[in-house]
Amino acid sequence: MADTRATGIRIEGLRKRYGAGETAVDALRGVDLQVAPGEVVGLIGPSGSGKSTLLKCLGAVIEPSGGRMTLGDEVIYDDGWKIRDLRALRRDKIGFVFQAPYLIPFLDATDNVALLPMLAGVPDREARERAHEVLAALDVDHRARAMPAQLSGGEQQRVSIARALVNRPPVILADEPTAPLDSERALAVIRILEKMAGQYQTAIVVVTHDEKIIPTFERIYHIRDGRTHEEAGEGLRP
Amino acid sequence: MISLAGRDIRHAWGKFVFTGVGLGLLIGVTLTMAGVYRGMVDDAKVLLDNSRADLWVVQQDTLGPYAEPSSLPDDLYRGILGMPGVARAANVTYLTMQVGHGDRDVRAMVVGVVPGGPGEPGQPGYLIAGRHITRSHYEAVADAASGLALGDRIRIRRNHYLVVGLTRRMVSSGGDPMVFIPLKDAQEAQFLKDNDAIVQQRRRTAANPAFNRPSVPGLLEAVIASQNTNSSVNAVLVQVRPGESPEEVAAAIRRWKRLEVYTRAQMEEILIGKLIATSARQIGMFLVILAIVSAAIVAFIIYTLTLGKIREIAVLKLLGTRNRTIAGMILQQALALGVLGFVVGKIAATFWAPAFPKYVLLVPGDAARGFVAVVVICVLSSILAIRAALRVDPAEAIGG
Ligand SMILES: Nc1ncnc2c1ncn2[C@@H]1O[C@H](COP(=O)(O)OP(=O)(O)O)[C@@H](O)[C@H]1O
Ligand SMILES: [Mg+2]
Repeated sequence: MADTRATGIRIEGLRKRYGAGETAVDALRGVDLQVAPGEVVGLIGPSGSGKSTLLKCLGAVIEPSGGRMTLGDEVIYDDGWKIRDLRALRRDKIGFVFQAPYLIPFLDATDNVALLPMLAGVPDREARERAHEVLAALDVDHRARAMPAQLSGGEQQRVSIARALVNRPPVILADEPTAPLDSERALAVIRILEKMAGQYQTAIVVVTHDEKIIPTFERIYHIRDGRTHEEAGEGLRP
Repeated sequence: MISLAGRDIRHAWGKFVFTGVGLGLLIGVTLTMAGVYRGMVDDAKVLLDNSRADLWVVQQDTLGPYAEPSSLPDDLYRGILGMPGVARAANVTYLTMQVGHGDRDVRAMVVGVVPGGPGEPGQPGYLIAGRHITRSHYEAVADAASGLALGDRIRIRRNHYLVVGLTRRMVSSGGDPMVFIPLKDAQEAQFLKDNDAIVQQRRRTAANPAFNRPSVPGLLEAVIASQNTNSSVNAVLVQVRPGESPEEVAAAIRRWKRLEVYTRAQMEEILIGKLIATSARQIGMFLVILAIVSAAIVAFIIYTLTLGKIREIAVLKLLGTRNRTIAGMILQQALALGVLGFVVGKIAATFWAPAFPKYVLLVPGDAARGFVAVVVICVLSSILAIRAALRVDPAEAIGG
């Protein structure tokens, strides 16, 4: 399994242009970014700088316009390729953590997590076993049968992280995961992500505005006008 | 794979059941409308069955006796009795009117029949209480739907009748219960004038020198008597001998006198094809409107339920759920709503059908057709919601 995530994320010269002709917007103008398996990096930048666009390209929601993108052991995009099945790519290679937990309200915690392996064709029993394992790793297995509305905000966020992890994707993308949380809880989420990155050898990108957590990243990518600049952060661990 | 539709329904079951019951009542009304039509057709058939006639002899160029007025001389049946192939022939009159009972009155079809055995054509068939009419005056057999009971005294025009027997499922094509009385009384009731009119007519006749001839004693009395008796009936009901073809006997009667003769099949065609055709179209209109309203409700509910889940749908899509799975979820919910509605509707219709004043006949075939229609409506009305769901961009889950 280790070799399937050998690369983590490697992005070289990624470009994205919205529209065409006079009104075209170049949202990404050559982004370079690399995240090793087990590493959590921050991605920050002012509004309109291209964070969301980068996240959508990385998350296989939209196709880039140029450059090269490798996830895990696979080059998924190389200058001008047409990505055949974005949906399957998202399902198999990428875990998402959102600003709000966005759990499916009519499924209990276990099934919210188990849904992902089920969508990939894993039998229900096995999918639930896997879900339970990840919920246990995140210390919410005692709430396994609770509906999302019965969970506290922190529990919901952990269930949503479990959902991102359960298919063991080489990449997890977190979009402002701490925005609504106070600093103690925000730090807790980052700690969980760090721990899970190590445990599952996943490359994690956290897009954030959140001043509270910015210092916690060991490496930070700044994005400005569609271009990235890398800098070292303080890191969570001493 | 878990059933997303099922889980969502279980989660929001209150809303779902509420809508399903509402839809169900609408479907119940629809099934009942169909039952009203079936009831009318069945009433018509029972009317024909219970008259126990093979042929209806009526006035020429009329669709009598049920769909149009028809008048025949009351001695005609003797000639018909003598025709080859005829086993029995009996006069009958029909008159829809108010029948007085105490200080209220019921609408009924008064049928004048020749008192006779139960095998005679035109007689009330199966009695649920009492006996048949045996005297030739002032006895009646009533359909139980009239609300009359044995021993009741009823008033038809100026005469009173004693209810001696009760029958059932004997109603006119308009759904009015039948009251059978002796033919002579019925003829009189059809023709009866008030006393003033009789006095006036007598005076006019006496003043007419053509009738009032002193040289011909008894002429004036005879004329007045003939003016005050009714020697018409509405139809002659004929039973043919076993083994005889009703069509051939009918043809023979038509040739013999200039009369209209209808077979059972033709009579059914007149009743169902002409008499209740307008009502059938009326009911058809209702069915169309109810179908449209049901479709609108299902579409609206499914659409709203789907719009309420747009964010979840975006998340599901982002997580890699197939469009097919999402469309399937919405379709299953629409179908579940339809099935629930159908079950509620079928139960409701069965429950309230007996309370209707006219016969409501719920035919399994109609229920089956109704079910297919409900399924089709649900599929069609989920299209709107499915289109909305498929348009959802998975990027919406990520935001700007
Ligand atoms: N769908 C789109 N069509 C056209 N332009 C877009 C679209 N999405 C984003 N942009 C533009 O691309 C640039 C980067 O936007 P975005 O990636 O949303 O930045 P951020 O998330 O950092 O605020 C902005 O100028 C924005 O207006
Ligand atoms: Mg943004």
